[in-house]
Amino acid sequence: MSSIVKINNLNITVARNLSILKNINLELPLGQTIGFIGPSGAGKTTLIRAIVGSLKISSGEIFVLGQRAGSKELRHKVSYMTQELSIYPDLTVKENLIYFITMMGISKSETEKILQKLLDRVDLSDKANILVNNLSSGQKQRVSLAIALIDSPELIVLDEPTVGLDPVLRQKLWLLFNDLSRQGSTLIISSHSMDEASKCDYLVLVRDGKIIAAETPTELLRRTSSKTVEESFLKLVGDKE
Amino acid sequence: MSLNRTISTTKRVLSQLKHDKRTIALIFIVPPVLLTILKYVFDGQSQVFDSIAPMLLGIFPMIMMFLISSIVTLRERSSGTLSRLMTMPISKTDFIFGYALAFSLIGLFQALITSGVMLGLLRVTVLGGTIQTLIIAVIASFLGTSLGLFTSAFARSEFQAIQFMPAFIFPQLLVCGLFIARNNMAKPLQWFADIMPLSYSVDAMKQITIMSNWGHVLTKDIVIVLLFAIFALVLGSTTIHRKG
Repeated sequence: MSSIVKINNLNITVARNLSILKNINLELPLGQTIGFIGPSGAGKTTLIRAIVGSLKISSGEIFVLGQRAGSKELRHKVSYMTQELSIYPDLTVKENLIYFITMMGISKSETEKILQKLLDRVDLSDKANILVNNLSSGQKQRVSLAIALIDSPELIVLDEPTVGLDPVLRQKLWLLFNDLSRQGSTLIISSHSMDEASKCDYLVLVRDGKIIAAETPTELLRRTSSKTVEESFLKLVGDKE
Repeated sequence: MSLNRTISTTKRVLSQLKHDKRTIALIFIVPPVLLTILKYVFDGQSQVFDSIAPMLLGIFPMIMMFLISSIVTLRERSSGTLSRLMTMPISKTDFIFGYALAFSLIGLFQALITSGVMLGLLRVTVLGGTIQTLIIAVIASFLGTSLGLFTSAFARSEFQAIQFMPAFIFPQLLVCGLFIARNNMAKPLQWFADIMPLSYSVDAMKQITIMSNWGHVLTKDIVIVLLFAIFALVLGSTTIHRKG
């Protein structure tokens, strides 16, 4: 298996010696949709932030596309959509996208073409000149996603991208994720919803700062003799307690 | 550092403010209105007003830019946009100088309006002239922006950010020489005032009020305020975390 992310002995401790991630060893496959699945507070966001390099790690090492996580070389190759929308509500959709396109170092001549492509991609062409504040939560989510797609990154990291969305919109986003994966991008998608696990090619189950499983859904179900990922999760948690 | 990214950040901050018309109105209208009220507070004591008004022109931009920049930067930190930006090729310097430039420009426009009202309508005499007045007002707004960027790192909410105003700015306001000459204050307060940037911003305004030519004392005051502002910007950049 060629890997996109390799994590060795990762530990993250915050103030008052509170351990968030404990001795994580993980290798994530290239070109697939990878789900980080676990309950709220399990450590998914911390793990994601460590992978994109926006968090200082206490010990261990993380390599992304063969480079140390957070290194300069990765800034055009890895994109990150945080759990918060991470967009400017007091700017229009177009102003948001143009700003982030410029921040990626894309030339002015290319900007308009990329802007239109992104708007089409997330189906927001008719909303380009509307203030983000006046959009629905699903539309805001799509603006945030569009920013993560600038410069066609090799690794797209999305932290809870479907949380709070209605099922129709969630399905639309998953179609887009699958499309991106087919085009060669690797996606890491965190979710606390076990239903979404079945849509991923590879699963990383996280609980209490530890990885309790990292394998394909088929392997996971077979190994735990379960019918659903939720059942597998419960069995794995039960075994550890 | 990329000039394109810095200017784009400046444009973005200004566009955000452009959509917030009420804030724009408050920034540009409140200082001249306050000066006008003060004029009539000292009705019949025009000498007192003439000595205080220029000093306020060194204080208003600092206070307003401190408040606005600390809240806007706090929003940037808490909304996740800063984290997202730090995973992109933008450097911390692009980000910070983009902000500093945006708020210095706002400070310039604020100073243009306020000094226009002060020198034109309220007939205050500043021997140094309009250009020197504007230079000091812009430097004061740069200082306010830098301090706001830095202190925003210690606030968890906008409510806390506003509380930094009485904590960081009011003590400086009390000892800067606005109410009483600094050398008439108790010694410990003089020492405190000597290490506070607002004292030098107010001193610079005092200088241009009474001197028509640009003297070395004015240069010293301006350099000190600039150094404080740059120091606060450097400290501010250390509060933005990024690996690599």
